[in-house]
Amino acid sequence: MNLLKLKGAATIAVLLFGFTAPVWADAAKGLQIAAERKARDEGWKDSEAKTTMILRNAQGEESTRQIRSIALEVANDGDKGLTIFDEPKDVRGTAFLNHSHTGKPDDQWLYLPALKRVKRIASRNKSGPFMGSEFAYEDLSSFELEKFRFNYLKDETLNGVNTFVVEQVPTDEFSGYSKTLVWVDQQDYKVLKIEFYDKKNSLLKTLLLQDYQQYLGKYWRALKMTMHNHQTGKSTDLLTQDIQFGKGRTDADFDTNALQRSK
Amino acid sequence: MPGQHRNSSPVTSSWSDRLQSNSTLGLESRVFAKQGLQQQAKLHNSVNFLQEWYWQSEDESHSWTLSPYLRWDQRDAERHLLDIRQAFWLTVGSGWELKLGVDQIFWGVTESQHLVDIINQTDFADNIDGESKLGQPMLQFNWFGDFGNLQTFVLPYFRERTLAGLNGRLRLPLLVEQDKAVFASDQEQRHIDWALRYSKQLDQLDIGLSYFSGTSREPGFVPTAQGTLLPYYGQIKQFGLDAQWIVDSWIWKLETIRRSDGQSHYRALTGGFEYSMVGVFDSDFDLGWLMEYQYDSRGMFATTPGQRDLFVGTRLAWNDAAGTELLFGITQDLDDSGSRSGLLEASTRYNNNVRLRLDAWFFQTRSPEQQIWWLRQDDYLQFGIDYYF
Repeated sequence: MNLLKLKGAATIAVLLFGFTAPVWADAAKGLQIAAERKARDEGWKDSEAKTTMILRNAQGEESTRQIRSIALEVANDGDKGLTIFDEPKDVRGTAFLNHSHTGKPDDQWLYLPALKRVKRIASRNKSGPFMGSEFAYEDLSSFELEKFRFNYLKDETLNGVNTFVVEQVPTDEFSGYSKTLVWVDQQDYKVLKIEFYDKKNSLLKTLLLQDYQQYLGKYWRALKMTMHNHQTGKSTDLLTQDIQFGKGRTDADFDTNALQRSK
Repeated sequence: MPGQHRNSSPVTSSWSDRLQSNSTLGLESRVFAKQGLQQQAKLHNSVNFLQEWYWQSEDESHSWTLSPYLRWDQRDAERHLLDIRQAFWLTVGSGWELKLGVDQIFWGVTESQHLVDIINQTDFADNIDGESKLGQPMLQFNWFGDFGNLQTFVLPYFRERTLAGLNGRLRLPLLVEQDKAVFASDQEQRHIDWALRYSKQLDQLDIGLSYFSGTSREPGFVPTAQGTLLPYYGQIKQFGLDAQWIVDSWIWKLETIRRSDGQSHYRALTGGFEYSMVGVFDSDFDLGWLMEYQYDSRGMFATTPGQRDLFVGTRLAWNDAAGTELLFGITQDLDDSGSRSGLLEASTRYNNNVRLRLDAWFFQTRSPEQQIWWLRQDDYLQFGIDYYF
């Protein structure tokens, strides 16, 4: 009787162990990979870049956008970014300022050059498209550990590169995704591929990150990012021509006065 | 090339091109539903040209901006305009900015009318929405830090409002003699006006407090023995408060002013919200709802239409490659159910250099006391093409 009870308890323990322990291990390993990925990209301080966006519809017709951006690394919070649109020419001079945060909505402002007006934007929902592209605002925001729950799934060889496959579940209920799957290179912790799943858990988009270059002997940046939308057949290339680091940017380059001055 | 060398400083700043030149040519065709009350024509074409030059120093500490604007109208000589929209030198230090020259300054948060915004004169002949502005000569000093942002303005020269002329539409019933303006101040246009604005962001709340002392941007009208009107520009003092509060997808907005001209004073207010929905009906569309209440303590003696009115509008963004967007709104008079006006602003990109626009206004009233009584024949559709190069 006692033995049977004990056996029963052991069976339950085995069941519990067998069922939950690997999930804990996966979550712990997922977070560990994400934390290492984040740690390897710390200390870049500030950067500036020129970027071309090529939007392609299902018929293959293309349209092009040109943007310039500066970014500032913020410790213990999301980064700051200022983006100026150069093309299409009807939106030239429009500028977008973003103070991203962890744990609360980002602060966002748009400068409208025709009215000389700085307009604050309600940023709660970041799932909308950026400039009509296949990139949502949330796809372009800085990577922060607080934004996701992580789960390590498996090792996989992607185009001959050993990767970790990590599942990321957004903690923000306003995210447009149920989850993303991220392929992280095991050597440098570069992200090589991301799959985005919509709220109904079906595959929505795939992002491929290519042409990685190393800067300051440490930081890897993909100069070509291609986002494919599987549901619409549309795609967007994000091509970065020129990245520079360490220009000595400060918070003053990322306030609404700087936004108003930006040209 | 090893990545380590990619961060070496280039000869010129790549973040901001040091010299920029941008030109915009616009063609507008207004088609009115009816002949004007004074038998003006139904079709009015106009051309406008905006040039912008910008130069910035290597260290980004100072810049020059020059932006002339030219407009020619087929029917209305008062819509011809040569203006300097911007011509200024700007220098930036740590926690301050100094600007000398002509510029445009926008204050405020609401959409249906702009009560607090007072630095620039309105180019009313261009557009009755009040968002088209003339360049204003100024000395501007901004001082900012953790305490907030304090703007100080000295405004040494006054610009008169542009108004439709004899053959123009959207005009008063009597002819306004625009070259014979009357001023309360002996210094007329050379009266030195000044203004202050303090603003501060408190997390999700933005607050602005402003003060203006000088020549009213809004003219009164003095009838003459010849049956014409003379614009009259009084001396005013205006206190303004603007605030917005962001709660998830809602932005609550308030603008209120108290204006006095020495003899009397009045208060006016615009308050409401903008609510944004992203990706409605499983599409890429953004849908926004706007509602703003407009109040003016002068009631039916108000010089603006919004004395006790409600503006309701919707904003639709396609989020397509053409950047198609549309704003439609109606302002309903709450004291007179038969009086309302409406506007439509829609536009789409034709190619990298061309944007097509469709704008419309309508005015409905049966009451001669209403401001818009004189516009009741002036419903119009406007087709516009803007060429950017």
